Amino acid sequence: MTASKKPKSDFKNPVVKWVDERLPIFTMMEKEYGAYPTPKNFNYLWNFGAIAMVMLMLMIATGIFLAMNYTPHIDMAFNSVERMTRDVNYGWLLRYLHMNGASFFFIAVYIHIYRGLYYGSYKKPRELLWIFGVLIFLLMMATAFMGYALPWSQMSGWGVNVITNLFSAIPFVGDSIVTWLWGGPAVGNPTLNRFYALHYLLPFVIFAVIFLHVWALHISGSGNPTGIEPKTEKDTVPFHPYYTIKDTFGLGVFMFIFMAVVFYAPLALTHSDHFKQFDSMVTPEHIVPEWYFLPFYAILKSFTSDITIPLTGYMFDNALVFTAKLQGVIAMFGSILILFVLPWLDTSPVRSARYRPLYRISVYLLLLSMIVLGYAGSQPAEGLMLTLSRLGTGYYFMHFIVIVPFLSKHEKTLPVPKSINDSVIQAKGSK
Amino acid sequence: MASDKKDEPKSRRDFLNLTAGAMGAVGIGSAVVPLIDSMNPAADTLAMSTTEVDISNIAVGETKVVKWQGKPVFIKHRTAEEIAEAKDINLDDLRDPQTDTERVQKEQWLVVIGICTHLGCIPQGNKSGQPKGDFEGWFCPCHGSHYDTSGRLRAGPAPKNLPVPPYSFLSDTLIRIG
Repeated sequence: MTASKKPKSDFKNPVVKWVDERLPIFTMMEKEYGAYPTPKNFNYLWNFGAIAMVMLMLMIATGIFLAMNYTPHIDMAFNSVERMTRDVNYGWLLRYLHMNGASFFFIAVYIHIYRGLYYGSYKKPRELLWIFGVLIFLLMMATAFMGYALPWSQMSGWGVNVITNLFSAIPFVGDSIVTWLWGGPAVGNPTLNRFYALHYLLPFVIFAVIFLHVWALHISGSGNPTGIEPKTEKDTVPFHPYYTIKDTFGLGVFMFIFMAVVFYAPLALTHSDHFKQFDSMVTPEHIVPEWYFLPFYAILKSFTSDITIPLTGYMFDNALVFTAKLQGVIAMFGSILILFVLPWLDTSPVRSARYRPLYRISVYLLLLSMIVLGYAGSQPAEGLMLTLSRLGTGYYFMHFIVIVPFLSKHEKTLPVPKSINDSVIQAKGSK
Repeated sequence: MASDKKDEPKSRRDFLNLTAGAMGAVGIGSAVVPLIDSMNPAADTLAMSTTEVDISNIAVGETKVVKWQGKPVFIKHRTAEEIAEAKDINLDDLRDPQTDTERVQKEQWLVVIGICTHLGCIPQGNKSGQPKGDFEGWFCPCHGSHYDTSGRLRAGPAPKNLPVPPYSFLSDTLIRIG
């Protein structure tokens, strides 16, 4: 559109009109968040993208003010966080909002991701939208991990130790990578400094990727519980006021629960070793990550035996060993990276698990396997817990690598409704 | 790419674009090197710190833990049985095969970096009451690796033996690590 042909803005307010004719930001907001046609059959699972966005903004807002009272030095970090909690005006509130906010951000995002898995939200033409989402998830994990390091507690320091040591499993260059990550011979002040810098940076990177994620969403349009695309105007409603109000209601319920934790059980989701200063000479009895990493930690711990590749005498002097540690590391990262290719593993033309009886069972079992892994991850890796970790890990990968591609070809799906409108009317009629 | 009569000037332009792009990539690459390398250990961090330890007060059977470059070093005064146990072993059974002689300078003194080679926890077994693992050396509580009286890995997920730091005996009762 050339500037000369551009229609004058319709806004009545003269200031809005003046701005909009020069930078059509109000027209854009009206198009993307006002009139934006949205399938009319969203259920409450469709709240969680907006809720996650609000949580990110809350994390950035509280984080900036926490940063004003934080000292990124190994001798002072722990005390600066304690001072924040005790002496800084409302510091306790900022800190508890921020530390529990991380948990609730993950709750929102996990529900958001699982909704995508259940309703096949990743399928064509939303593959790139999904990929941006997985990228956001990875960035969130990195940000949360580095944030957890900042109070420089026993759990912080040892968590950093264990996770950075994962990279030493990489053949040949692993040890140099770990030294590079640490900036020294052990976890120390350079490590804390860079984690602080990156923890401050990454949320803004996440913000940028969310922008791309939402942009891609507004190109393809939202999915919906039936998994069929809107065909006529009967299938959609304008985003405002229908979903602004539904999202606000869902957000209200979510915030109610969040605030209950912040005010009445602010330490319920954390570990007592998080309140002792880091001592590089004493490992806590039992190192566990925050709850939202437990399933992945269980996958890591479920590999315990080396595989020897008998090439001795051919290429190498010693037998090539595929260590348990490397297996665990590959499986742990693989469990997330596999989500990137999910749109090409699941080629079933039917999106929603509503009309896929076998996929529905499999995706429920996937949820169960994550819960089992989460519990096993919180326990020492021995006996029954080790068995459960292995079963959970086995099922997790079987779901994506075997079951999903198999069902894509062989599942007998149920008939899908003719349109979103039809499905809504059927549902009303049956009551 | 369209191949019409104006092929020649186009391919010349392609060449210029490609070389300019390649030079740009090299330029960005070399600009990134200092950024990446600044995250490696700084000169003062690298300056090899050494630690001198008086070992005269470590009784037979006891282990002293000292800090060297921010890392715990175990100095174990081994008993005769522990030495015998460390020597009496079939190397084929080891995941990271090393004889005990390769790992010690004086056989009653074992000096190792006390960091589990799995994911960096500090193994237990230095104080009485702590688990020493199935091979009478150390046991890592994080993910269950067992080390023997020579600090060699015997069971669990770790890939390697506890590393031996560079050290020398300054006298019978004084060692310098580093």
